[in-house]
Amino acid sequence: MTLVAERPVVFDESPEPEHEQGPSGFLKWITSTDHKVIGKNYTVTALIFFLMAGSMALLIRAQLASPDSTLLSQHTYNEMFTMHGSLMIYLFVGPVSFGGLANYIVPLQIGAPDMAFPRLNALSYWLYLGGGSMMMLGFLTTGSAADFGWVAYAPLSNSINTPGAGPDLWIVALVLTGFSAIFTGVNLVSTIYYLRAPGMTMFRMPIFTWNMLVTGILILIAFPVFTSALVMLWCDRHLGAHIFEVSGGGVPVLWQDLFWFFGHPEVYILALPFFGIVTDVIAVFSRKPIFGYRGMVFATISIAALSTSVWAHHMFTTGVVLLPFFSLMSYLIAVPTGIKFFNWIGTMWRGSVKFDTPMLFAIGFLATFLIGGVSGIMLASPPIDFATHDTYFVVAHFHSVVMALVMAAFAGFFYWYPKMTGRMLREGLGKATFWLMFIGTNVTFDPQYLLGLKGMPRRIAEYAAGDGFTTLNRISSAGSVLLFFAVLIFLINTFVSWRKPIPAGDNPWDASSLEWSTTSPPPHHNFLKIPPIRSQRPVWDHNHPEHRIIEHDRPRLGALAASSGGGTVLLDDIGFDDGDPVETRDLDR
Amino acid sequence: MGDLRRFARFSLLIALALVLGGCTLPTFGAFRGATTQGQAEFKLWSWMTIAGLVVAVIVWGLILWAVVAYRRRDPDKMPRQFHSNLPVEIIYTAIPLIIIGVIFFYTVKAENKIDALVPHPAAMIRVTGFQWGWSFGYLDAQGKQIALVETAQPRPPVLAGNPVSPEYPQFVLPLGETTQIVLQSVDVVHGFYIPAFNFSRYAQPGVTNNFDFTPVHAGVFPGHCAQYCGLYHSEMLFSVRVVKPSVFETWLHSESVRYASGAVA
Repeated sequence: MTLVAERPVVFDESPEPEHEQGPSGFLKWITSTDHKVIGKNYTVTALIFFLMAGSMALLIRAQLASPDSTLLSQHTYNEMFTMHGSLMIYLFVGPVSFGGLANYIVPLQIGAPDMAFPRLNALSYWLYLGGGSMMMLGFLTTGSAADFGWVAYAPLSNSINTPGAGPDLWIVALVLTGFSAIFTGVNLVSTIYYLRAPGMTMFRMPIFTWNMLVTGILILIAFPVFTSALVMLWCDRHLGAHIFEVSGGGVPVLWQDLFWFFGHPEVYILALPFFGIVTDVIAVFSRKPIFGYRGMVFATISIAALSTSVWAHHMFTTGVVLLPFFSLMSYLIAVPTGIKFFNWIGTMWRGSVKFDTPMLFAIGFLATFLIGGVSGIMLASPPIDFATHDTYFVVAHFHSVVMALVMAAFAGFFYWYPKMTGRMLREGLGKATFWLMFIGTNVTFDPQYLLGLKGMPRRIAEYAAGDGFTTLNRISSAGSVLLFFAVLIFLINTFVSWRKPIPAGDNPWDASSLEWSTTSPPPHHNFLKIPPIRSQRPVWDHNHPEHRIIEHDRPRLGALAASSGGGTVLLDDIGFDDGDPVETRDLDR
Repeated sequence: MGDLRRFARFSLLIALALVLGGCTLPTFGAFRGATTQGQAEFKLWSWMTIAGLVVAVIVWGLILWAVVAYRRRDPDKMPRQFHSNLPVEIIYTAIPLIIIGVIFFYTVKAENKIDALVPHPAAMIRVTGFQWGWSFGYLDAQGKQIALVETAQPRPPVLAGNPVSPEYPQFVLPLGETTQIVLQSVDVVHGFYIPAFNFSRYAQPGVTNNFDFTPVHAGVFPGHCAQYCGLYHSEMLFSVRVVKPSVFETWLHSESVRYASGAVA
């Protein structure tokens, strides 16, 4: 691989930073294959889609704030919820994690100079940007943007029920972003398997990297199915393929099967990266190793495995799926998810917990995700799903989940922003963002559980005064205003940090994984030197040699390890040892 | 850990007090169910919510405890660097497995009850969803349609009405007797949803769904299309009126006379 050949020989004594060859400024942003530049491009693009989708959500909440509302026409309302869901799911939550944060952070966490396939990585970004823009272009067509819901159920999505260019742009856009995601998955998996620094064994990888590996594998399982289903849908619309049409011998419910075979793993493609962020953040701000590291890894893998066999819990009310099987599989996901919860709590247990903004967001994630998790177990029960399917109960459930993920995204953003920019974000503004977002999320979405139980269906553009939905909808809409201010203060925060920078230093959080051993922002090809990797926490071991991990939880052995001054006593989590006693080593393999 | 155990016991006591003290199961905002099928769902819902709340309160309690008790007081003091505790890990893996086993058992019991079909229903109604309305065709023993209630033409209907207002169709069920619904769609996927019955089912092209309603409460109950089906999805409303069997017979008779005379197209 050319990357390895190009790598400079760096000496321990006087490392010279490698100067990046090539253009600077705007040209650099559009021509770079550096994972850090691409990662930033992804993050900023995804945040712009987040702001667009968020504005649509505010319009939706404004419409529903009063009964018999005529703020938006039914047609516009249908467009708004379709595009809100599509932008958030396909263009924000996924890309910001596997395209943005993971792209930037994973090579750094495993001590690699770049992703395995830098040009493919750039292609992923441009496909994503092209696809995302294409979806938005639907608003400029005469027939308007797609309005068949983000799930595009057949046969509502055929050319008779939703004709026009907007829905076609939606479909082709998702084919492009589908390829983008597949290429990113390939890149992540290859990078993590083949570009780990010497000593970085699998069981020494940070949980974020572990989760990105599993996410990459899930992407490779789920996205090809979805992308091909979209091509089938396009063929139905334009070539009369009749794959999802009863009239030609097709099966409409096949679309639901294919869609949710992607759709449920997609939930974990969205969630696992953020589980990883939260895990690492909690450990750093509790000054402790991750509790039950290997249990955590196996929990992640079993969640991923189970997620491929639960898709029909979205289809309980179709009457054509095997209820007990999909119900049991869905219930089973609660076990590894529970393990994760106890791991997170165990990591804080007897720790030294500091409430900087990333940690507040991580705790907010725990509290909110629990609501989404418990309501999720209820929905895994077919009878309860019969009563609540397609109501605001489901809307509330998955918004508890995704808003928890958004909080985890903010945890990651506040945590890594210093690494990406070399500047700190303001703590005061960050905490204001957190409290507004945490309270706003619960005020907005908790009343929606009750609305669903009272029988309010989802995706309705209006309701009557006599339906009894008014008060709860008002509360929910008021909550969305808090969320607006949370995001506004966050934007002000980035603006302040841009105009009045506070230098971050290499490791402002006293964190433990490899990205914190290099400069902020890291140089081209990331590292001048790498500390020895003998545990999950190479940087921590370097900075706190007397506080290494206590193996097997035996205090006596821990004391022994501490007194020996590290170095020779191996405290590895698994038996692998490269046997190299040198404290730092160069990058030349 | 003593604190924890005391805390868990305390939450359990509260849950029990809630349940036993009230004599009836708490609703937590849901409908109790106006059919026997809906009541079976409600029982499961109520118990699962209690279990879910107990678990949630315990986990929230643990999070809160960890956050408060282990907040950083002395920045120089480093916590002990332990990373696992095998017995604890086994316990928190095993307990959820047991909980799931129990709720799965009751879930299957409830769903079998809800999905069961009686061999000889008192009435049979063919419900058809279309953009954007419903038709309710009453069938005789031979499957021949003898009466019809459907969304008034022309569409789109009046905006922002209540499901029970007269612009929307209302079908009738006999109280205490089992009616079988034969659910279909002629165009896209619709959701046949009666909140008070705790039940919804998709009406899909190419698929016929059969299910039973055995109403236990008389009254008028609103219904919606739950599955998004295009432009006027919000307007696809209907209602159901549950009446005594004798009243039902009279109603059905007059409707079938009307239908036979061609007054209903």
